[in-house]
Amino acid sequence: MAFELPKLAYDYNALEPYIDAQTMEIHHSKHHAGYTNNLNNAIKDSELENKSIEDLLGNISNYSVAVRNNGGGFYNHKLFWDIMSPKGGGEPSGDLLNAIDKNFGSFVDFKNLFNKAAATRFGSGWAWLVKQEGKLLITSTPNQDNPLMDLAEVKGTPILGLDVWEHAYYLKYQNKRPDYIEAFWNVIDWDQVAKRFG
Amino acid sequence: MAFELPKLPYAYNALEPAISKHTLEFHHDKHHAAYVNNLNNLIIGTEFENLDLVDIILKTKGGIFNNAAQVWNHTFYFDQFGKNKIEKLSGPLLIAIHASFGSFEEFKEKFSVAAKTLFGAGWIWLVKKPNGSLDIIQTTNAENPLTERLTPILTCDVWEHAYYLDYQNKRPDYVGYFWSIIDWEVISNRY
Repeated sequence: MAFELPKLAYDYNALEPYIDAQTMEIHHSKHHAGYTNNLNNAIKDSELENKSIEDLLGNISNYSVAVRNNGGGFYNHKLFWDIMSPKGGGEPSGDLLNAIDKNFGSFVDFKNLFNKAAATRFGSGWAWLVKQEGKLLITSTPNQDNPLMDLAEVKGTPILGLDVWEHAYYLKYQNKRPDYIEAFWNVIDWDQVAKRFG
Repeated sequence: MAFELPKLPYAYNALEPAISKHTLEFHHDKHHAAYVNNLNNLIIGTEFENLDLVDIILKTKGGIFNNAAQVWNHTFYFDQFGKNKIEKLSGPLLIAIHASFGSFEEFKEKFSVAAKTLFGAGWIWLVKKPNGSLDIIQTTNAENPLTERLTPILTCDVWEHAYYLDYQNKRPDYVGYFWSIIDWEVISNRY
Protein backbone atom coordinates (compact mmCIF):
# COMPACT_ATOMS: atom_id res chain seq x y z
CA MET A 1 0.00 0.00 0.00
CA ALA A 2 1.35 3.36 -0.95
CA PHE A 3 2.31 5.94 1.66
CA GLU A 4 0.13 9.04 1.79
CA LEU A 5 1.04 12.62 2.46
CA PRO A 6 -0.45 13.28 5.92
CA LYS A 7 -2.78 16.25 6.29
CA LEU A 8 -1.73 18.95 8.71
CA ALA A 9 -3.78 19.23 11.91
CA TYR A 10 -3.74 23.04 11.55
CA ASP A 11 -3.81 25.64 8.79
CA TYR A 12 -0.71 26.74 6.94
CA ASN A 13 -0.87 30.13 8.66
CA ALA A 14 -1.49 28.68 12.15
CA LEU A 15 2.14 28.82 13.26
CA GLU A 16 2.62 32.48 12.35
CA PRO A 17 4.61 34.51 13.19
CA TYR A 18 7.11 31.79 14.10
CA ILE A 19 6.77 29.83 10.86
CA ASP A 20 5.12 31.68 8.01
CA ALA A 21 2.26 30.37 5.87
CA GLN A 22 4.24 30.40 2.62
CA THR A 23 7.01 28.30 4.14
CA MET A 24 4.49 25.85 5.63
CA GLU A 25 2.62 25.50 2.35
CA ILE A 26 5.71 24.84 0.22
CA HIS A 27 7.29 22.68 2.90
CA HIS A 28 4.23 20.45 3.18
CA SER A 29 2.67 20.51 -0.29
CA LYS A 30 5.96 20.43 -2.25
CA HIS A 31 8.84 19.08 -0.18
CA HIS A 32 6.96 16.57 1.98
CA ALA A 33 4.77 15.60 -0.96
CA GLY A 34 7.91 15.09 -3.05
CA TYR A 35 9.44 12.74 -0.49
CA THR A 36 6.18 10.81 -0.26
CA ASN A 37 5.90 10.37 -4.04
CA ASN A 38 9.55 9.50 -4.44
CA LEU A 39 9.33 6.96 -1.61
CA ASN A 40 6.35 5.31 -3.27
CA ASN A 41 8.22 5.20 -6.58
CA ALA A 42 11.29 3.75 -4.91
CA ILE A 43 9.41 0.81 -3.34
CA LYS A 44 6.86 0.23 -6.12
CA ASP A 45 6.42 -3.40 -7.17
CA SER A 46 9.01 -4.58 -4.66
CA GLU A 47 8.78 -6.56 -1.43
CA LEU A 48 9.19 -3.27 0.43
CA GLU A 49 5.70 -2.14 -0.55
CA ASN A 50 4.02 -3.81 2.38
CA LYS A 51 6.47 -2.82 5.09
CA SER A 52 5.78 -0.10 7.65
CA ILE A 53 7.89 3.05 7.52
CA GLU A 54 9.45 2.13 10.89
CA ASP A 55 10.38 -1.28 9.50
CA LEU A 56 11.97 0.29 6.42
CA LEU A 57 13.98 2.80 8.43
CA GLY A 58 15.16 0.22 10.96
CA ASN A 59 16.75 -1.83 8.18
CA ILE A 60 17.67 1.04 5.90
CA SER A 61 21.25 -0.08 5.31
CA ASN A 62 19.82 -2.93 3.21
CA TYR A 63 17.91 -0.64 0.87
CA SER A 64 18.61 1.88 -1.86
CA VAL A 65 19.68 5.44 -1.23
CA ALA A 66 16.31 6.54 -2.67
CA VAL A 67 14.47 4.66 0.09
CA ARG A 68 16.83 6.12 2.69
CA ASN A 69 16.47 9.73 1.52
CA ASN A 70 12.75 9.67 0.78
CA GLY A 71 11.71 7.29 3.56
CA GLY A 72 13.55 9.54 5.99
CA GLY A 73 11.99 12.63 4.46
CA PHE A 74 8.52 11.09 4.66
CA TYR A 75 8.88 10.09 8.32
CA ASN A 76 10.77 13.15 9.57
CA HIS A 77 8.32 15.70 8.19
CA LYS A 78 5.32 13.83 9.59
CA LEU A 79 6.91 13.85 13.03
CA PHE A 80 7.78 17.53 12.64
CA TRP A 81 4.19 18.55 11.80
CA ASP A 82 2.85 16.36 14.63
CA ILE A 83 4.95 17.89 17.39
CA MET A 84 4.02 21.47 16.49
CA SER A 85 0.80 23.31 17.27
CA PRO A 86 -0.49 26.88 17.32
CA LYS A 87 -1.22 26.19 21.00
CA GLY A 88 2.35 25.06 21.59
CA GLY A 89 5.19 26.57 23.53
CA GLY A 90 5.94 26.70 27.23
CA GLU A 91 7.55 23.76 28.97
CA PRO A 92 6.77 20.07 29.34
CA SER A 93 5.48 18.69 32.63
CA GLY A 94 5.21 15.41 34.49
CA ASP A 95 7.32 12.40 33.56
CA LEU A 96 8.83 14.08 30.50
CA LEU A 97 10.00 17.09 32.47
CA ASN A 98 11.39 14.81 35.16
CA ALA A 99 13.31 12.83 32.53
CA ILE A 100 14.65 16.05 30.97
CA ASP A 101 15.80 17.29 34.38
CA LYS A 102 17.40 13.96 35.15
CA ASN A 103 19.22 13.65 31.82
CA PHE A 104 20.22 17.25 31.15
CA GLY A 105 20.12 19.02 34.53
CA SER A 106 17.25 21.35 33.75
CA PHE A 107 14.90 22.39 30.98
CA VAL A 108 17.15 25.38 30.23
CA ASP A 109 20.21 23.15 29.93
CA PHE A 110 18.27 20.83 27.65
CA LYS A 111 17.12 23.72 25.50
CA ASN A 112 20.67 25.04 25.16
CA LEU A 113 22.01 21.65 24.14
CA PHE A 114 19.23 21.08 21.63
CA ASN A 115 19.73 24.57 20.16
CA LYS A 116 23.44 23.92 19.81
CA ALA A 117 22.81 20.63 18.00
CA ALA A 118 20.42 22.40 15.63
CA ALA A 119 22.68 25.41 15.04
CA THR A 120 25.87 23.43 14.42
CA ARG A 121 24.54 20.79 12.04
CA PHE A 122 26.52 21.81 8.94
CA GLY A 123 24.54 21.65 5.70
CA SER A 124 21.10 20.04 5.70
CA GLY A 125 19.70 17.90 8.49
CA TRP A 126 17.72 17.53 11.68
CA ALA A 127 18.19 17.98 15.42
CA TRP A 128 16.58 15.35 17.63
CA LEU A 129 15.56 14.52 21.15
CA VAL A 130 15.80 10.74 21.30
CA LYS A 131 14.56 8.15 23.77
CA GLN A 132 17.01 5.30 24.08
CA GLU A 133 16.36 2.56 26.65
CA GLY A 134 14.83 4.94 29.16
CA LYS A 135 17.48 7.62 28.63
CA LEU A 136 17.05 10.87 26.73
CA LEU A 137 19.72 11.98 24.27
CA ILE A 138 20.21 14.91 21.91
CA THR A 139 21.68 14.28 18.49
CA SER A 140 21.58 15.54 14.95
CA THR A 141 21.57 13.76 11.60
CA PRO A 142 22.56 14.82 8.09
CA ASN A 143 20.06 15.23 5.26
CA GLN A 144 16.95 13.07 5.89
CA ASP A 145 18.58 10.46 8.12
CA ASN A 146 17.06 9.87 11.54
CA PRO A 147 17.69 7.95 14.77
CA LEU A 148 15.43 5.05 13.72
CA MET A 149 17.87 4.16 10.97
CA ASP A 150 20.18 1.24 11.68
CA LEU A 151 23.07 3.31 10.35
CA ALA A 152 22.46 6.31 12.63
CA GLU A 153 25.28 7.31 14.96
CA VAL A 154 22.82 7.70 17.86
CA LYS A 155 19.91 5.27 17.64
CA GLY A 156 16.60 5.42 19.44
CA THR A 157 13.05 6.71 19.18
CA PRO A 158 12.85 10.35 18.11
CA ILE A 159 10.33 12.23 20.28
CA LEU A 160 11.14 15.78 19.14
CA GLY A 161 12.71 16.87 15.86
CA LEU A 162 13.67 20.16 14.26
CA ASP A 163 14.21 20.47 10.53
CA VAL A 164 17.28 22.61 9.82
CA TRP A 165 17.31 22.22 6.05
CA GLU A 166 17.42 25.76 4.69
CA HIS A 167 14.03 25.18 3.02
CA ALA A 168 12.50 25.00 6.51
CA TYR A 169 13.34 28.61 7.31
CA TYR A 170 14.98 30.48 4.44
CA LEU A 171 11.96 32.46 3.18
CA LYS A 172 11.46 34.04 6.61
CA TYR A 173 14.83 33.86 8.35
CA GLN A 174 17.37 33.58 5.48
CA ASN A 175 20.85 33.09 6.95
CA LYS A 176 19.62 33.54 10.52
CA ARG A 177 19.13 29.90 11.50
CA PRO A 178 19.48 30.68 15.24
CA ASP A 179 16.41 32.96 15.08
CA TYR A 180 14.38 30.16 13.52
CA ILE A 181 15.58 27.71 16.18
CA GLU A 182 14.56 30.12 18.94
CA ALA A 183 11.15 30.67 17.33
CA PHE A 184 10.53 26.90 17.19
CA TRP A 185 10.18 26.73 21.00
CA ASN A 186 6.98 28.78 20.73
CA VAL A 187 5.21 26.13 18.68
CA ILE A 188 6.34 22.84 20.23
CA ASP A 189 3.34 20.78 21.31
CA TRP A 190 4.65 19.22 24.50
CA ASP A 191 1.60 16.96 24.83
CA GLN A 192 2.57 15.30 21.56
CA VAL A 193 6.19 15.00 22.63
CA ALA A 194 5.08 13.47 25.95
CA LYS A 195 2.91 10.97 24.06
CA ARG A 196 5.93 9.82 22.08
CA PHE A 197 7.98 9.65 25.27
CA GLY A 198 5.33 7.28 26.65
CA MET B 1 46.93 37.59 8.01
CA ALA B 2 43.18 37.58 8.07
CA PHE B 3 41.20 36.59 5.00
CA GLU B 4 38.99 39.20 3.41
CA LEU B 5 35.62 38.87 1.76
CA PRO B 6 36.21 39.46 -1.97
CA LYS B 7 33.94 42.01 -3.58
CA LEU B 8 31.48 40.79 -6.19
CA PRO B 9 32.90 41.49 -9.66
CA TYR B 10 29.52 42.89 -10.80
CA ALA B 11 26.47 44.69 -9.41
CA TYR B 12 24.06 42.78 -7.17
CA ASN B 13 21.35 43.02 -9.83
CA ALA B 14 23.64 42.02 -12.71
CA LEU B 15 22.52 38.40 -12.78
CA GLU B 16 18.78 39.04 -12.84
CA PRO B 17 16.49 37.37 -13.66
CA ALA B 18 18.53 34.18 -13.16
CA ILE B 19 19.66 35.18 -9.66
CA SER B 20 17.95 38.08 -7.91
CA LYS B 21 19.64 41.01 -6.21
CA HIS B 22 18.01 39.86 -2.98
CA THR B 23 19.57 36.41 -3.22
CA LEU B 24 23.02 37.77 -4.10
CA GLU B 25 22.92 40.20 -1.19
CA PHE B 26 22.30 37.40 1.29
CA HIS B 27 24.54 34.94 -0.46
CA HIS B 28 27.54 37.26 -0.63
CA ASP B 29 27.08 39.70 2.25
CA LYS B 30 25.81 37.17 4.78
CA HIS B 31 26.75 33.60 3.85
CA HIS B 32 30.10 34.21 2.15
CA ALA B 33 30.97 36.86 4.72
CA ALA B 34 30.13 34.52 7.60
CA TYR B 35 32.43 31.82 6.23
CA VAL B 36 35.26 34.37 6.01
CA ASN B 37 34.64 35.59 9.56
CA ASN B 38 34.29 32.10 10.97
CA LEU B 39 37.49 31.00 9.28
CA ASN B 40 39.42 33.98 10.61
CA ASN B 41 38.13 33.32 14.11
CA LEU B 42 38.97 29.61 13.93
CA ILE B 43 42.56 29.97 12.68
CA ILE B 44 43.67 32.86 14.86
CA GLY B 45 46.58 31.74 16.99
CA THR B 46 46.82 28.34 15.27
CA GLU B 47 49.38 26.79 12.94
CA PHE B 48 47.01 27.58 10.06
CA GLU B 49 47.00 31.32 10.64
CA ASN B 50 49.61 32.17 8.01
CA LEU B 51 48.79 29.53 5.40
CA ASP B 52 47.12 30.37 2.13
CA LEU B 53 43.53 29.29 1.65
CA VAL B 54 44.22 26.23 -0.48
CA ASP B 55 46.78 24.93 2.00
CA ILE B 56 44.25 25.26 4.80
CA ILE B 57 41.71 23.33 2.70
CA LEU B 58 44.23 20.57 2.04
CA LYS B 59 45.43 20.29 5.64
CA THR B 60 42.29 20.54 7.76
CA LYS B 61 39.04 18.76 8.57
CA GLY B 62 35.94 19.73 10.54
CA GLY B 63 35.05 23.34 11.24
CA ILE B 64 38.19 24.94 9.78
CA PHE B 65 37.89 22.90 6.61
CA ASN B 66 34.18 23.65 6.23
CA ASN B 67 34.66 27.38 6.47
CA ALA B 68 37.87 27.52 4.42
CA ALA B 69 36.38 25.43 1.62
CA GLN B 70 33.18 27.47 1.64
CA VAL B 71 35.22 30.68 1.34
CA TRP B 72 37.03 29.22 -1.66
CA ASN B 73 33.90 27.67 -3.24
CA HIS B 74 31.89 30.88 -3.05
CA THR B 75 34.67 33.03 -4.48
CA PHE B 76 35.04 30.54 -7.34
CA TYR B 77 31.26 30.52 -7.87
CA PHE B 78 30.74 34.29 -7.86
CA ASP B 79 33.76 34.90 -10.10
CA GLN B 80 32.45 32.76 -12.94
CA PHE B 81 29.38 34.85 -13.80
CA GLY B 82 29.41 37.69 -16.31
CA LYS B 83 28.63 38.82 -19.78
CA ASN B 84 30.94 36.74 -21.97
CA LYS B 85 28.53 34.36 -23.62
CA ILE B 86 29.09 30.95 -25.13
CA GLU B 87 30.93 32.37 -28.19
CA LYS B 88 33.81 33.05 -25.80
CA LEU B 89 34.23 29.38 -25.00
CA SER B 90 37.79 28.67 -26.11
CA GLY B 91 38.81 26.11 -28.70
CA PRO B 92 40.87 23.92 -26.35
CA LEU B 93 38.08 23.73 -23.75
CA LEU B 94 35.46 22.97 -26.39
CA ILE B 95 37.65 20.20 -27.79
CA ALA B 96 38.07 18.77 -24.28
CA ILE B 97 34.31 18.92 -23.71
CA HIS B 98 33.70 17.06 -26.96
CA ALA B 99 36.35 14.48 -26.12
CA SER B 100 35.00 13.84 -22.63
CA PHE B 101 31.22 14.15 -23.11
CA GLY B 102 30.55 13.80 -26.86
CA SER B 103 29.13 17.29 -27.35
CA PHE B 104 28.47 20.52 -25.49
CA GLU B 105 24.78 19.57 -25.20
CA GLU B 106 25.64 16.23 -23.63
CA PHE B 107 27.98 17.95 -21.18
CA LYS B 108 25.27 20.45 -20.27
CA GLU B 109 22.72 17.70 -19.78
CA LYS B 110 25.01 15.59 -17.61
CA PHE B 111 26.02 18.57 -15.47
CA SER B 112 22.37 19.63 -15.09
CA VAL B 113 21.28 16.15 -14.01
CA ALA B 114 24.07 16.10 -11.44
CA ALA B 115 22.90 19.49 -10.13
CA LYS B 116 19.25 18.45 -9.93
CA THR B 117 19.91 15.14 -8.20
CA LEU B 118 22.48 15.95 -5.51
CA PHE B 119 20.58 15.26 -2.29
CA GLY B 120 20.94 17.91 0.40
CA ALA B 121 23.48 20.72 0.32
CA GLY B 122 26.52 20.74 -1.94
CA TRP B 123 28.21 21.65 -5.18
CA ILE B 124 28.44 20.37 -8.74
CA TRP B 125 31.77 20.69 -10.53
CA LEU B 126 33.25 20.46 -13.97
CA VAL B 127 36.81 19.38 -13.24
CA LYS B 128 40.00 18.75 -15.17
CA LYS B 129 41.76 15.54 -14.27
CA PRO B 130 45.56 15.20 -14.16
CA ASN B 131 45.48 13.59 -17.64
CA GLY B 132 43.68 16.64 -19.05
CA SER B 133 40.28 15.01 -19.53
CA LEU B 134 37.13 16.50 -18.01
CA ASP B 135 34.68 15.03 -15.54
CA ILE B 136 31.57 16.10 -13.61
CA ILE B 137 31.45 15.45 -9.89
CA GLN B 138 29.08 16.15 -7.00
CA THR B 139 30.39 17.12 -3.57
CA THR B 140 28.40 17.45 -0.35
CA ASN B 141 28.32 20.44 1.99
CA ALA B 142 31.69 22.22 1.76
CA GLU B 143 33.70 19.47 0.03
CA ASN B 144 35.55 20.51 -3.09
CA PRO B 145 37.67 18.89 -5.81
CA LEU B 146 40.98 20.38 -4.66
CA THR B 147 41.30 17.66 -2.03
CA GLU B 148 41.05 15.06 -4.82
CA ARG B 149 43.81 16.80 -6.82
CA LEU B 150 41.32 17.82 -9.48
CA THR B 151 41.23 21.26 -11.11
CA PRO B 152 37.81 22.93 -10.84
CA ILE B 153 36.60 24.68 -14.01
CA LEU B 154 32.92 25.45 -13.34
CA THR B 155 30.68 25.04 -10.30
CA CYS B 156 27.02 25.22 -9.37
CA ASP B 157 26.06 25.86 -5.74
CA VAL B 158 23.00 23.76 -4.87
CA TRP B 159 22.79 24.68 -1.20
CA GLU B 160 19.19 25.82 -0.87
CA HIS B 161 20.36 29.31 0.14
CA ALA B 162 21.70 29.76 -3.42
CA TYR B 163 18.22 29.63 -4.96
CA TYR B 164 15.45 29.34 -2.38
CA LEU B 165 14.34 33.00 -2.36
CA ASP B 166 14.01 32.93 -6.15
CA TYR B 167 12.94 29.37 -6.91
CA GLN B 168 11.90 27.71 -3.61
CA ASN B 169 11.61 23.94 -4.17
CA LYS B 170 12.13 24.27 -7.93
CA ARG B 171 15.85 23.60 -8.09
CA PRO B 172 15.62 22.47 -11.75
CA ASP B 173 14.50 26.00 -12.73
CA TYR B 174 17.56 27.48 -11.00
CA VAL B 175 19.80 25.00 -12.79
CA GLY B 176 18.18 25.92 -16.11
CA TYR B 177 18.76 29.64 -15.58
CA PHE B 178 22.30 29.03 -14.31
CA TRP B 179 23.53 28.46 -17.88
CA SER B 180 22.44 31.95 -18.96
CA ILE B 181 24.83 33.83 -16.64
CA ILE B 182 28.07 31.87 -16.98
CA ASP B 183 31.00 33.93 -18.28
CA TRP B 184 32.64 31.55 -20.71
CA GLU B 185 35.80 33.61 -20.98
CA VAL B 186 36.41 33.12 -17.25
CA ILE B 187 35.68 29.42 -17.61
CA SER B 188 37.99 29.07 -20.62
CA ASN B 189 40.82 30.79 -18.74
CA ARG B 190 40.42 28.34 -15.88
CA TYR B 191 40.94 25.47 -18.29
